[in-house]
Amino acid sequence: MSLLRYESQVREPLVTGAKTYHQVTEDIIRPIEMKPSRLWYIGFIISVGLLCFGIWSVTMEVMYGVGQWNLNKTIGWGWDITNFVWWVGIGHAGTLISAILLLFRQGWRTGVNRAAEAMTIFAVMCAGQFPIWHMGRVWMAFFVLPYPNTRGPLWVNFNSPLLWDVFAISTYFTVSLLFWYSGLLPDLASVRDRAKLKWRKFMYGLLSFGWTGSTKHWQRHESLSLVLAGLSTPLVLSVHTIVSFDFATSVVPGWHTTIFPPYFVAGAVFSGFAMVQTLLLITRKVLKLEDYITLEHIEVMNKIIVLTGSIVGVAYITELFISWYGQNPYEAAAFKNRWDLTTPYAWSYYIMMGCNVLSPQFFWFKKLRRNLLFTFFMSILVNVGMWFERFVIIVTSIYRDFLPSSWSTYYAPSIFEVGFYMGTFGLFFTCYFLFSKFFPVIAVAEIKHILKKNGESYKDDMTQVDQQPVEEFAHEHAHAH
Amino acid sequence: MSVKKFVVGCFDEETKLFAAVKNVRKAGYKIHDVYTPFPIHGLDRVMGLRDTSLHTAGFIYGITGTTTALSFISWVFTKDWPLNIGGKPHFALPAWIPIMFELTVLFAAVGMVLTFCYLCQLAPFVKKHHFHLRATDDLFVMVIETTAKTNEAEALAFLQQLGAVETNVQEAETGWWLGRYDKDTMPFQVREASV
Repeated sequence: MSLLRYESQVREPLVTGAKTYHQVTEDIIRPIEMKPSRLWYIGFIISVGLLCFGIWSVTMEVMYGVGQWNLNKTIGWGWDITNFVWWVGIGHAGTLISAILLLFRQGWRTGVNRAAEAMTIFAVMCAGQFPIWHMGRVWMAFFVLPYPNTRGPLWVNFNSPLLWDVFAISTYFTVSLLFWYSGLLPDLASVRDRAKLKWRKFMYGLLSFGWTGSTKHWQRHESLSLVLAGLSTPLVLSVHTIVSFDFATSVVPGWHTTIFPPYFVAGAVFSGFAMVQTLLLITRKVLKLEDYITLEHIEVMNKIIVLTGSIVGVAYITELFISWYGQNPYEAAAFKNRWDLTTPYAWSYYIMMGCNVLSPQFFWFKKLRRNLLFTFFMSILVNVGMWFERFVIIVTSIYRDFLPSSWSTYYAPSIFEVGFYMGTFGLFFTCYFLFSKFFPVIAVAEIKHILKKNGESYKDDMTQVDQQPVEEFAHEHAHAH
Repeated sequence: MSVKKFVVGCFDEETKLFAAVKNVRKAGYKIHDVYTPFPIHGLDRVMGLRDTSLHTAGFIYGITGTTTALSFISWVFTKDWPLNIGGKPHFALPAWIPIMFELTVLFAAVGMVLTFCYLCQLAPFVKKHHFHLRATDDLFVMVIETTAKTNEAEALAFLQQLGAVETNVQEAETGWWLGRYDKDTMPFQVREASV
């Protein structure tokens, strides 16, 4: 059996530079063993500061009630649910990279999957905060769980999309965490076996669960990853579908549309990839991982951004078209409240359109897809746009409800809502900074696995497909399966 | 749990390792295990390991989740507390699909990970003998189990001839024990034996 594969003519190497297996371990694990840089400390302190701001905002909200937020009878869902949907959406890219791309056998996922999965977990943690604290009397939060109680027992409503959401988000968090951590075990063992310091040996010994690298364990590990990927693929689609059901199963014009599930999933992947770009562009620079997260990686992710951005664009236009074609006066009014420049929230609709539909179109140009600074700028823009998408859907659909006397209210967030949102940024980046300091940000074992197939320095060992006689090629393939 | 004597050969290239595993088995040695820094496809076949049935376990956990959700929700809504929700049927199967699906995934994932940890004996504070520390870095470590009849010198020479970059003989505990990685917590009888 020959281990060497043929060199792909279209794909660029996924690992650049002359790397041996040991060099891969060195490059990725060394940042864990070194003191963090100044930049890390500065970033970490800012994140913790934001987190404290968030904790203060939430404390005020819990002490004095949801009235601290500028929600009212008409706009019952404002910034908090916008932020919830935004964060959940961001999480989706991680699962897409780790699960769907695993099923599609995309080698490039190995460079980015670990960080993207971590991002998923932190993003879902942030998302979860919003519905929980929105409950107001948060000490009653466990009421959403179906448990035998003394009130009947009075069960939760299993027919309600809000309860589906409870199950979807908690399952999503659990499965993502298990997937991420089971992938981390071998790499944590690598850190443990290199460790010189006592505490590091102890800590990573504890975290790596006594992993040895036995062939039988690897065989089970591969089977586990494959099945978890197979489970996560429909799961990730279901999660944002269910989030969209929160809106779509209601009767509010502007929400009550069947296009929501695919539209939300595409948007989620779109914003998630933008966040992956933001994080990885910084991570590869700070931790000097340019050989593992190459321009090729950045480019393919930009391709996904232009694809999903265009799907989202089609969805926006379809919604507009249907609001006219459907001849439902309420639906038409809801959409007029978005596109009509004389309405108070039209600005948010055009920010959304500009950031999500127009700006990704620049990525049709290869030069721009491979431009790091431009990609970074775009990744921020897309995330702003996707935040506004949720804001548009939520606020502009409900601020002019069936009771025109309440139309005059213009909803703007209070400092506590802004603080809460900033606080989740604090939570997210605090977690990400700790992750990048204490865990291998790239899947070491997986990089080693693809190294001899996709590493630049192994290209000479590979046979070029067109240089090989047809008979030999056919012969080998007949025996490979 | 028992202490055994092993002949260890470390390889630095997977092509050599494949040939070596085949030859070692052909020569009649019993391979205890091969420790590798990353999964090597096909190595399990060459070593003669059978396929794992972890995915079957996953399937069973999955359908357990589906049945749990379906039976629980239908009991709640048709027997225990038939709630009138907009005059819709009590047995509202389409509305239960999301939760049935989520519980299927949840049960399958949690069950499989726990089974994986149980089968591989992985847990915090579990410690095992590591034949070579670089097995998680860049070496492929083949471990041959010896018997009373094994000629160790011959086995070592054979491994070297097959391309092993490092060979040695080790006495080790085959199972796991509770321990920490910053301390030598090897079980008592192994330390005795190696002195």
